[in-house]
Amino acid sequence: MDKVATSGAAAHGHAHEHTHEHHELGFWRKYVFSQDHKVIGIQYAVTGLVFLFFGFTLMMIMRWSMAYPIRPIPLIGSLLGQTRAPGGIMLPEFYNQLGAMHGTIMVFLGVVPLAVGGFGNFVVPLQIGAPDMAFPKLNMASYWVYFLGGVTMFVSFFVPGGAAMSGWTSYAPLSVIAQPGQLGQTLWLVGMVFLITSSLLGSVNFIVTIVQLRAKGLSWMRLPFFVWAQLVTAFLLLLAFPPLEAAGVLQLMDRVAGTSFFMPSGLVVGNVPVQVSGGGNPLMWQHLFWFLAHPEVYVLVLPAMGIVGEIIANNTRKPLWGYRTLVYAVAFLGFMSFIVWAHHMFMTGMGTTISAFFQTTTMIISIPSVIILTALLLSLWGASIRFTTPMLFALAFLPMFAIGGLTGLPLGLAPSDIPLHDTYYVIGHFHYVVAPGTIFALFAGIYYWFPKATGRKMNDVLGAIHFWGSFVCINIVFMPMFIQGLAGMNRRMYDGGLLYANNQGLPLQLNVVIGMAVWTLSLFQIPFIINFFASMKWGKKVSDNPWDATTLEWSAPSPPGHGNFLTEPVVYRGPYEYSVPGAAKDFSPQFEPERA
Amino acid sequence: MSDTTAEAGRRPRPALAHHFDDLAQQKDAATLGMWVFLATEVLFFGGLFAAYSVYRGWYPEAFGAASHSLDITLGAVNTAVLITSSLTMALAVHAAETGERRLLVLFLVATMALGAVFLGIKAVEYAAKFAEHHVPGPSFHFEEEALSRNAQIFFSLYFVMTGLHALHMVIGLGIMTWMLVWAWNGTITKEYASPIEISGLYWHFVDIVWIFLFPLLYLIGRHA
Repeated sequence: MDKVATSGAAAHGHAHEHTHEHHELGFWRKYVFSQDHKVIGIQYAVTGLVFLFFGFTLMMIMRWSMAYPIRPIPLIGSLLGQTRAPGGIMLPEFYNQLGAMHGTIMVFLGVVPLAVGGFGNFVVPLQIGAPDMAFPKLNMASYWVYFLGGVTMFVSFFVPGGAAMSGWTSYAPLSVIAQPGQLGQTLWLVGMVFLITSSLLGSVNFIVTIVQLRAKGLSWMRLPFFVWAQLVTAFLLLLAFPPLEAAGVLQLMDRVAGTSFFMPSGLVVGNVPVQVSGGGNPLMWQHLFWFLAHPEVYVLVLPAMGIVGEIIANNTRKPLWGYRTLVYAVAFLGFMSFIVWAHHMFMTGMGTTISAFFQTTTMIISIPSVIILTALLLSLWGASIRFTTPMLFALAFLPMFAIGGLTGLPLGLAPSDIPLHDTYYVIGHFHYVVAPGTIFALFAGIYYWFPKATGRKMNDVLGAIHFWGSFVCINIVFMPMFIQGLAGMNRRMYDGGLLYANNQGLPLQLNVVIGMAVWTLSLFQIPFIINFFASMKWGKKVSDNPWDATTLEWSAPSPPGHGNFLTEPVVYRGPYEYSVPGAAKDFSPQFEPERA
Repeated sequence: MSDTTAEAGRRPRPALAHHFDDLAQQKDAATLGMWVFLATEVLFFGGLFAAYSVYRGWYPEAFGAASHSLDITLGAVNTAVLITSSLTMALAVHAAETGERRLLVLFLVATMALGAVFLGIKAVEYAAKFAEHHVPGPSFHFEEEALSRNAQIFFSLYFVMTGLHALHMVIGLGIMTWMLVWAWNGTITKEYASPIEISGLYWHFVDIVWIFLFPLLYLIGRHA
């Protein structure tokens, strides 16, 4: 990455007009406050990976408390301090902080920044043949506002009273009355306002870039599937996040200005009436929150589907099966994701009419998901598959996402959701979607585009160790959760259910199995970390198009310089013309004219 | 394009960013960007209006009574001030597109002055609410005791919604100051008028939010 040359001026026919802009930039402008989409993409990706690792560490500590309750945490227990873990034994309050922040960090600071900020920023302009994002300064601002949000969330662990502890959903009235006079939840709300603002700036940029800056010949139906997925994702962020920002401001007012937007009358906590004016409605928070947070699920999974689509087409050496159908399915999925949110709220006593509506829309939204999964699966039919490292992760995404999706159906129907609600079944379900689903796809993307970002390939042996170890461990982590959940074990118990009357006789011993698998899973990330850094320096040098791929990013140098392309790219064909009968090679890139 | 190259030397910044083909494409991108941003703003205020609708549906009497305590004259004057500022903004855009620099500066100053008047009147109204103990919190007091609790919800919404609107006005004034500098130093030309146009879009949007806030907060329940 140290070779970001300023050679891209030639990317435009009228380079003479603004060559004066292309003087060598200093270190700070080039790597820190950069306006180049590739540098910003890498900044997002690395920050996102750091937060993923941090969020995972929180979970490893929580899992100790669940597997071996009331026993001192080894290694780091004594470092946590008297207010968190006196004598190394975790306090329930600290467990709640870890739980709330694990969810927040994984979703808003880890996966979304890596999937959208990282891959979106780095790959989308390259795949559409653009020299940069439409608004480079806005892009830089978007990263730094995200960074500020991350710092706010991180700092909240160290204020008196600790970090937010009302779950990643921050349900009122708990979130308003928890930690009175202390900063944790307030910082969470401020951090969320930063993160939302960053996402909004980013999504404006993506939409305008994809609409305005496509290369000559790149019509809508020639766009790579990944770009479509990012475009729909941008619309989801754009339209779903602002109501949560409004709700965040209202909850902030409830906490600091004494309003009662979400505070009902007559609230009594521990036999003491809560001193609020009342008259508000906690359910309104849930509606505004899930109006964001359901589309957010698709924000997590659509970029992953896009990455998997790219990698499957490339490694099967075949066109994606049903490209048009995939595009329509993704667009329909995006639309439907706005009208399913109340399926998270079947327990709130909603009427049967409303409940019937949301059950119906929830069943409908599973159709495009199944279409996408089926199309990707059918793409494998009859292919001579190259089992490269990215392909291993992409292939694993298919069954993992399928398990996550299918186990969601009983949760989308009120009669079966009511007994399953708030159990480990729910945790198993959505983690199958986002962890072995989305995060595996993100790993696939890192292995796949690493040569484009650095000019070097990541090591395949370390990659295979990383993949197989993670694949086995992560299933041992999440599969037992379905068993525990179906048996009725509740979530959010700091001792794994040991002291809770309603969890006696349940398979709590599986907590030990899950804990072991979590800690082993962490060991299998070490080969990835070594591979990631070592390959930057010692990885095998590769050509501009090491995977023999067809999309535009592979026509740029590896790594691409400022302005990306040496000559202005022109697109001649669809995105996945692999193994075209009569062609000389088994791939016909978008950027090569007929009979090249 | 050679004329823009010749002028580029004396401009504070080049009008055409390196990654656009031409000024027309750059203008299209900027305009689309602003509209897309305004879509997020519609949903942001939409969340607040949704909260308003729910509580208004639940507590019509309290909302009617609390609405009566707002100063309808000041509200109406402010509405007129803001609509006039939209007119001067539109005239500023026209002046920018026809390349009349002096008129552009004049209309931008007029727009900013009207925006400042709006905020001044708003400050007077806020001060009155403080004096009447209508600000939510421990010292809140409402004349009709029975409606006090729900009237407090009304005033919470009043302060959050008009407060966030006023914040948008302050940001708008910041943008207009920036545009004034660009109009003054000649960055804005007939060919490069899009900064004024998209700033105008933002300004009009903030006005339209007020056009919804005024009837919902001041006029509703007037017949009661």
